[in-house]
This record gives sequence, structure tokens and C-alpha cells, in this order.
Amino acid sequence: MKKSVLFLSLAVFFLIALLSCRPQGPGVAATSDAASKVYVPPGEHDEFYNIVSGGFNGQISVVGLPSGRTLKILPVFSVDPESGYGFSEESKPMLNTTHGHIPWDDLHHIAISTTDAVHDARWAFANANNTPRVARIDLTTFQTAEILEIPNSAGNHSSPFITENTEYVVAGTRFSVPHGEDADRDVPISTYKENFRGAITFISVDENSGEMDIDFQIDAPPFAYDLARGGKRVSGDWFFFSTYNTEQAHTLLEVNASQQDKDFIMAINWRKAAEYAKQGRGERIKAKYAHNIRDKNSHIATSTIKEDILMLDPTELKDIMYFIPCPKSPHGCDVSPDGEYIVGSGKLAALIPVFSFSKMIEAIENEDFEGDVNGMPILNYESVLHGEVKRPGLGPLHTEFDGKGNAFTTMFVSSEIVMWDIETLEVIDRAPTYYSVGHLMVPGGCTAEPHGKYLVAYNKITKDRYLPTGPELCHSAQLFDISNGKLELLLDFPTIGEPHYAEAFPASLIKDKQVRFYRIEDNSHPHMTSGPGEARVEREGNVVRVYMTSIRSHFRPDNIEGIFVGDTVYFHVTNMEQEWDIPHGFAIKGANTAEILVMPGETATFKWMPDKVGIVPFYCTDFCSALHQEMQGYVRVSPAGSGVPLLFSTGE
Amino acid sequence: MKNLIIVLAAFLTLFMISCGGETTDRERETTQREKPAEKERKADPRGIGPFTNVELTDPLDPNMVRRGKAISDVKCASCHKYETEDRLVGPGYLNITNRRSPEWIMNMITNVDVMLDEDPEAQKLLEECLVRMPNQNISEDEARDILEFLRNNDEENAGKRDGAAT
Repeated sequence: MKKSVLFLSLAVFFLIALLSCRPQGPGVAATSDAASKVYVPPGEHDEFYNIVSGGFNGQISVVGLPSGRTLKILPVFSVDPESGYGFSEESKPMLNTTHGHIPWDDLHHIAISTTDAVHDARWAFANANNTPRVARIDLTTFQTAEILEIPNSAGNHSSPFITENTEYVVAGTRFSVPHGEDADRDVPISTYKENFRGAITFISVDENSGEMDIDFQIDAPPFAYDLARGGKRVSGDWFFFSTYNTEQAHTLLEVNASQQDKDFIMAINWRKAAEYAKQGRGERIKAKYAHNIRDKNSHIATSTIKEDILMLDPTELKDIMYFIPCPKSPHGCDVSPDGEYIVGSGKLAALIPVFSFSKMIEAIENEDFEGDVNGMPILNYESVLHGEVKRPGLGPLHTEFDGKGNAFTTMFVSSEIVMWDIETLEVIDRAPTYYSVGHLMVPGGCTAEPHGKYLVAYNKITKDRYLPTGPELCHSAQLFDISNGKLELLLDFPTIGEPHYAEAFPASLIKDKQVRFYRIEDNSHPHMTSGPGEARVEREGNVVRVYMTSIRSHFRPDNIEGIFVGDTVYFHVTNMEQEWDIPHGFAIKGANTAEILVMPGETATFKWMPDKVGIVPFYCTDFCSALHQEMQGYVRVSPAGSGVPLLFSTGE
Repeated sequence: MKNLIIVLAAFLTLFMISCGGETTDRERETTQREKPAEKERKADPRGIGPFTNVELTDPLDPNMVRRGKAISDVKCASCHKYETEDRLVGPGYLNITNRRSPEWIMNMITNVDVMLDEDPEAQKLLEECLVRMPNQNISEDEARDILEFLRNNDEENAGKRDGAAT
């Protein structure tokens, strides 16, 4: 009796011990040493920069891996009242378009610049999905340096993928629309098949400055262009685009664009297309677009409206465009590190087709075609196929690679990541995601040399993963260890906005190249104040310009009189500091705008239209020193026409 | 019954060790902090930094004075008045070359963070002014130009210069 009690007690204790050691909740997959693998001790740095699209917040998040810590929110297509992006006079033109100033967009995809198909991480490119644009971010300052609008495009989803030496950034339109003059574009929607066109834009990137321009567009069939990838190494001259709605439906696409068994992966020989463009073998057509660029030394953005583009016709230039049949509305279209395999993810298919680049070239040479699109060849599916991954899961979306022969594909519907062998097409491992994974990312996973150590899943649904915060929740991301030939969940972390695609690269690539402050000697802003002796206020009619300096911890001038209701006052604030991490802010009571944050050595302009008589305070918004709270000043606003003389002073 | 209690106690202990061992190790690793070595607080009239012996030349070099003033106008004048000893944010320039050695002045300009952390004279000034003098990223040559300007400033406005030069 005694023995059996003892036995029972032991059994109960074993059970309790087992249960209490196991992580709780739905995600039981994290192993016991997961925490140590993502722990970055205080004062140490993460191994990778993770540049993450913000989706509907129009911004980019900069995240450290493996910790999952957010390091910065970098404004791109949306105004940012925190930094003054889109509010300061210098940055406003960045958001100009042919529709005027647009304060928001939907940023989906990231491309980090490469040389020879390997990250050089000089620039990040990002797309605006709603009002088609492509942005370039300088990764030495983590600031948006340039934004280019894409004409003839509507829904810039298939963007901003790049060629292997960052010669081109592409922008494929999600919505086909009519091109040309007003009369050509004002057509019944029901004339879709006759009048609508797809446009694939090739944006050239200057190899030194990074400056972008539209080199040419290709007049593609009126399909929906979804995602894309540049070839690399063996396939480096080619670009691949996934398409859906090859049915050419214009209503209820949920049903009408899912009719055909196969849509296409469109292959473009961009090298040839670029040669034709250089030879001028296209038509210059009217198409307005804005080109916005920020000057490195004055920090002033200028917006130029351009008038036309060069359009290439692939039905005439016979050897630049081919179609590979791909099952059921392919979404991701991803190229293996060696450039040989193209993975199409038919989001409604129960298999993943993998195409072979060398077989594609062979099929083109042998004219092994099974039909045509407006005279452009459709290659024979079986001839181009390397093989199919059978029953991988439901709803394949995107694929990344580890550089060790494995591919990882997200399954939206069955909410999992599936790891499979590129050569044998056999499934090796699978791991659940919480919940409904969209994109995934391996550091360097889209390049010729992936760092096959981590994988991050960006999930669309969060539900119970974190403390609940009302109806709207942050999106969840999950970090997996993939270094041991399997998927091992390490960490859940919340993200900002709605991440779609992201990329990551070793921090060592750019960590030591970071700009810490702007040299005041290089400041070429026309309204810069070169030293406190130059601080002053000037009036021209109703326009008042305050040439102001800020340094720990005072403004100069900090007492201003002779400002009238109805004036337009520009505070040109120059931060005289030459030290890392000492921005000064500026805000004034009642101004209908956001603060500005002025980086050391920079000049930024705050526009104020005083609307009431009285004494109006201004102050520094960024805690800068022990006397930060004293960093303030007054403006006296008098009635228009009252003749109060213009006065300014500091310390008098 | 006694046996049972012993066995249970043993299991409890095992269980606690197996579940908690790793974290306590890590805690120990990360919570132990090295005590910063006590710096020796001996005032060196030359301050701390790259300058141990600055050769002063006579007469003053007008080009250096001009360059030094230009740099000071942009990077220093927000906080230092030229023709007085009175403090604005930092102390006025007047008589600085009569109070501080040329080495101290140039070390303060080029090595300000170390000076504020370790030099007793610089620390006294910080206690008085409460704003850390910014590192304005001034090169060693530029610091020498500023020194020449400060010597000229003292010559013109205080009537004597280099009173603290060794």
C-alpha cells in the first residue's frame, strides 16, 4: 500500500514537472534554449538589420535580428509628425505627385541594393501600392532620398524588385488601365480587352548616386501583375513576373479571375529590352510623373514633373517577352540563389510548380510553344517544368532560400511554413505560424548568397498572441532558427503597421558607415544661419524669415516682436551642434502643423501663419540637456497694420 | 511516510534545478558588473588629450587668427562671448589664455568628453554651467587656429596674452 502511494506520488510529480516546464499557450514549439538564441545582452548589437515594409502605414520599420527589437520607424510615403517629414518646407516636395501632395500610401515591398546578386546595402527601395511610386532610401542616413512616380500604372504591387547589379528597379502594374491622352483614357470599363494595357516600368539607377529615372516601359497584356523577381547569375539577364486575371475580367475578380487552370509567369529579357530602348526602338508617349529628390547638403527636396516616357512594344520586339503557364493565380515568383529555378506559388493551387531556367532557354530555342498571347509565345508547361512540390499545404504565397539547397514557402490558408528540397522537391519540415502567414524572409534569402541562419514569418492575423488591445491588434512576426536543417521557433514579436515583404542583411555591411551628424561646413541651405552672429529676422511684405540657431540649450533669437496677424513666418532653424544624437526640436503654440526635428548641422523650416494677437511661446521638443526645459522663446504678435517695429534679440 | 516526504523533497529540488538552472547562470553573467577603475584625479594644467606640448609662436599669425575666428563664429559663439569673462552658456573667452595653458584649451576643444569626465578643472566648469560643452568635431589643426584667435582676442581686449603658458 505504502509502495503504491509512493509510486502514484512520483508519477504525479513527474507529470507536473513535465507540464510546468513546457511553454504554455498555443505556440508550444519554442525550445527551452530559444531565449538564449535571441537574447542580445544590454549594450550589444543585433547581428542583422531587418528592413521591414510597413504596409498601410506607408513607412518602413528597422528591426534588429535576432532580438526583434524595433530600432526606427522611417517615414517614406506617409507624413511623420514626429520628425516633421512631410510638414517641414524642405521635405514637403517629397510627397508631391501629379495629383498634388499625398500624405499617405501603402508600402508593400523592400529591395535592398545588390552587386553581383549579393547585398551591398547601399540603398533600400520601396513601393507605393496605391498611387504608384518607388522610393529610394539612403542606408547611411536612413532617410528617404528620392521618390519617383510611375505613370501608366495603377496599383504598383509588382515592385520594387531589382536586377542583380541594381541596374534597374521594376514596377509592374496590378491594375491594367488605358494609357495615352484624356480621350484615350475616358472609355467604358466594359471595353477592358480592347482598351486596357498593362505597363511594366524599368527604372534605371545611377551606380554612383543611386538617382532613379524611368528608362522605358513595356506595353504588356492587360493582366494583373502581382509579384516579380530579377534573375541572378545564370538568369541575370531576365526578369520574371507573376500574373493573374489573364481572364481579363473587370468585375468580381474573386470569381471571374479564377476561371482558368493556369495563369502565367511572364519572362522578360531585360538586357535585350534595355538595348532596344537605347536604340530608341519604342515610341515616346505622353505620361506625366513626378520625380522628387532630396539634396544631400541643403536637405531641400525638389519635385519635377516630367512629361513623357519611352514605350516598347513587345509584339514588335519579338524576343523580349515569353509566358510560362503557372497553375492558379500565382502570387510569389521567386528565383533560387543560383538563378536556375523559378518558384511559382499558385495561391489557389495544391502544388508548387518549380521551373527550370535552362529548360526555359531550351524551349525558347526549340520554339517549344503551346500557344501565344497577342503573338508572344507561351512556352510548353511540361518542357519548362523542373517539377512540382506535391501537397505542400494550402495557399502557397512566397518562397525564400537558405543557400543550402532548401526552399521555404509560406502557406496562408493552412497557416504554416514548409521547408522543401529544391532538387528533389521533397518536403523536409513544416512549422505552424500564428496565424496566417503572408511573406517570409531569410537574411539575404532572395540573393545569390543567403545567410541561412534565421527565418522570419510575417503573419496577417494575431488574435491571442499578445496582450489584447481592443479590436485592432499589431501584426505578429515569428523568428525561426533554420541553421540545423529544420524549422525551430525562437521568438514572437509585434510589428508596426502591416509588414509585407522585408529583407535583412548583416549589420557589419553598414554599421560603420552611418552618418552621425551633417557637417555644418557642407550645409548649403539658402536660409542657413552660419553662426549666432548671423541670427536675424527679415521681413519682405507679409513674409517674415527668422534665421534662427539652436544649440544646447537656447534659440537665437529667442525674443521676436513686430510680427502681425496675417503674416507668413518661416522659422529657418539651423542646429549648430556637431555631435551625434543631438537633434533639437521646434514647435510654436497654435501652429497648424507638426513639430520639426532638426539634425545636427541641418537647417529645417517651420511655416507658421499667426492668427491671433498675443504673446506666443515656442520651445525645443527634444530633450537636449539639463537646461532643455529652458530652451524656449517668445514671439509678440500684433494686429495687422499696428506698426510695432521689428525687433529680435537674445539675452538682452 | 517519512520516506515519501524525502523522495518528494528530492524531486522538487531536482525539478527546480532542471527548470531554473539556466536562467540563474545567465542572470549571474549579465548582472555582474565591472566596477569602473577609479581614475586618478590629479589636476594636470595641460588637461587630458592629444596635446602635451604646444609651441606658441610670435608674433601671432594673422591667417590663423582669421581662420580661428571663422570657426569660432560658427561653432562656438552660440555659447561663448568673446570680449568678456562673463558666462553666456559657457564662460566668456576673455583672459582664457591667461588662465589656461594652450594644451588645456586645445584638449578641451578636441577631447571634450574625456575632459568633462576626468579633468577636475573641466568638471568644475560643468558643475557651474550644467550643460556639457558639445563635441563640435573640430580637428587638431582647427583647434590650433582657434587658440591663435583666443590669443589675439586676449591681446586686443585684455591687453596681455599667454599668461598661463608654461
